[in-house]
Amino acid sequence: MAFDSFSAFLAMEGHGPYVWACYGVFAILLGGLMIWSRRRHRSVLAECRRRYQQQDQRANKGQTKTAATFTRVEVSQE
Amino acid sequence: MNAEVRPVIKPATASVGTLAAMLAVFSRDVRVAFRQRQDLLNPLLFFIMVVTLFPLGVSPEVAFLKQSGAGILWVAALLSVLLSLDHLFRHDFDDGTLEQLILQPQPLFLLILAKTAAHWVLTGLPLVLLAPVLGVMVHLDGNSIAILCLTLLIGTPVLSLVGAIGAALTLGLRSAGVLLSLLIIPLYIPVLIFGTGTVAAAAEGAPVAGYVALMGAFLMLAVTLAPFAAAAALRISLSNS
Amino acid sequence: MWQFFHKLGSPKWFFGIATRFMPWLLAAGLLLLAAGIVWGLGFAPKDYLQGNSYRIIFIHVPTAFIAQSIYIMMASAAVVTLVWRMKLADVFVKAIAPVGLVLTFLSLFTGAVWGKPTWGTWWVWDARLTSMLILLFLYGGAIALDRAIADEKSAARAVAVLLLVGVVNIPIIQYSVEWWNTLHQPSTFKLTEKPSMPAEMWVPLLLSVLGLYLLFGWLACLRMKTEILIREQKTRWVKELVLAGRG
Repeated sequence: MAFDSFSAFLAMEGHGPYVWACYGVFAILLGGLMIWSRRRHRSVLAECRRRYQQQDQRANKGQTKTAATFTRVEVSQE
Repeated sequence: MNAEVRPVIKPATASVGTLAAMLAVFSRDVRVAFRQRQDLLNPLLFFIMVVTLFPLGVSPEVAFLKQSGAGILWVAALLSVLLSLDHLFRHDFDDGTLEQLILQPQPLFLLILAKTAAHWVLTGLPLVLLAPVLGVMVHLDGNSIAILCLTLLIGTPVLSLVGAIGAALTLGLRSAGVLLSLLIIPLYIPVLIFGTGTVAAAAEGAPVAGYVALMGAFLMLAVTLAPFAAAAALRISLSNS
Repeated sequence: MWQFFHKLGSPKWFFGIATRFMPWLLAAGLLLLAAGIVWGLGFAPKDYLQGNSYRIIFIHVPTAFIAQSIYIMMASAAVVTLVWRMKLADVFVKAIAPVGLVLTFLSLFTGAVWGKPTWGTWWVWDARLTSMLILLFLYGGAIALDRAIADEKSAARAVAVLLLVGVVNIPIIQYSVEWWNTLHQPSTFKLTEKPSMPAEMWVPLLLSVLGLYLLFGWLACLRMKTEILIREQKTRWVKELVLAGRG
């Protein structure tokens, strides 16, 4: 241990504010980036899932009802 | 092909030599520019105005101007080249000439080299010619002015060549102007450092041949590599739109 | 060899591998970084010249080192994008560019704060700080260009060209900035470089570099997975994966 007491550790012989500001900003930015990336991944995932479920529901509905039919319509080209 | 304005646009079957095609691109760009003279004048006016701002904004003292005059002129020249870069491909892009250029049988990077050369003759060279006048206005001595003009003469083609890459990359984008400066300014830093550094060394009486040779090396590097990058960027931008 | 190369280019294969490795990357990265920082902050001996402010080195050097290497990685991926048109390379560049930006900013910030007790000013136009500032601009330019182009493929290729131009320029920029620095400043501001750092100092430094590298790997995997989900959401395998809850 390079320091005698915890308060000496915090003070760092007067350099404490600089050292702790650096580590603080480092923790906030890196942690923030990690958490933000994770949350974004989750939200994209949830969005995809919602869309797929909607698609599936729509497909299921389409099967129970009479399926849409397409008839060829002749249109005069003139 | 003497009387034509756009001799480049010929069917690809008519075999034009590469050198002839480059010359044709060059002379066409020069002629088009001389028909829109205001575009030629704007960067020069901008150059003069930026230089004027420094004595007004910082200090008109002879000592200050003597010390920072070369830097001011270099920054102003850099900015006005940056300002003019948007025109390098823009008009040709809008009227479709650029797509014709890409379809030419001649290698695209050589045609771009010709276009960039025209751009330099139309913007960089006038800046170099104007620099002595402004140099006198910021109290540079004769030797410094000569060295400054020499560095500008070697440096401004580098600005045009590297700038062509940025202009090609941002072609057809919405906020192209600001984006172009964002992309290009970091790449201009070495030229700026050596341009002003050479003048500073000359003012201290140090030999400058080595620095001038290094700037020449930058120029050679830019001439050999930048047209390839610009050609690749141009193809990407055109396939995009 | 070529099969591996093809696999590497497959988003599906990558997605599976990344999902499997990410917990390990995160755990090992956090552990090593924490070990390096705790050791560096509390146990490493004080520097006899700079006192305790040198303890910033344990985050300053890792961020600066990794920020620079991320640019090189992006440029290497840019070659892959331009030559082989590999989808995964595009995804990689897009995913890690913001990480590189944040790490560059962190190294600048820690460098500036370190400068205050050491040199007496927040900012010195020191060669290394200036080069990092220019690197920040290069990152900013690449991200701005990527945002400005709507079409994904064109954006990736345009950014690739820009990155390659940048990587050719980086040595020139660094060289000229160093030259400029010697021209304008006496070398009194230079950090004293001791030839041999004691092991109690460089071992924690090595640990935190490794830890941050692993955390960067985790971040890269995570952000690439997000990007793959967005780009490949029309494919069947993504749908199956998402509905099975294995994101």
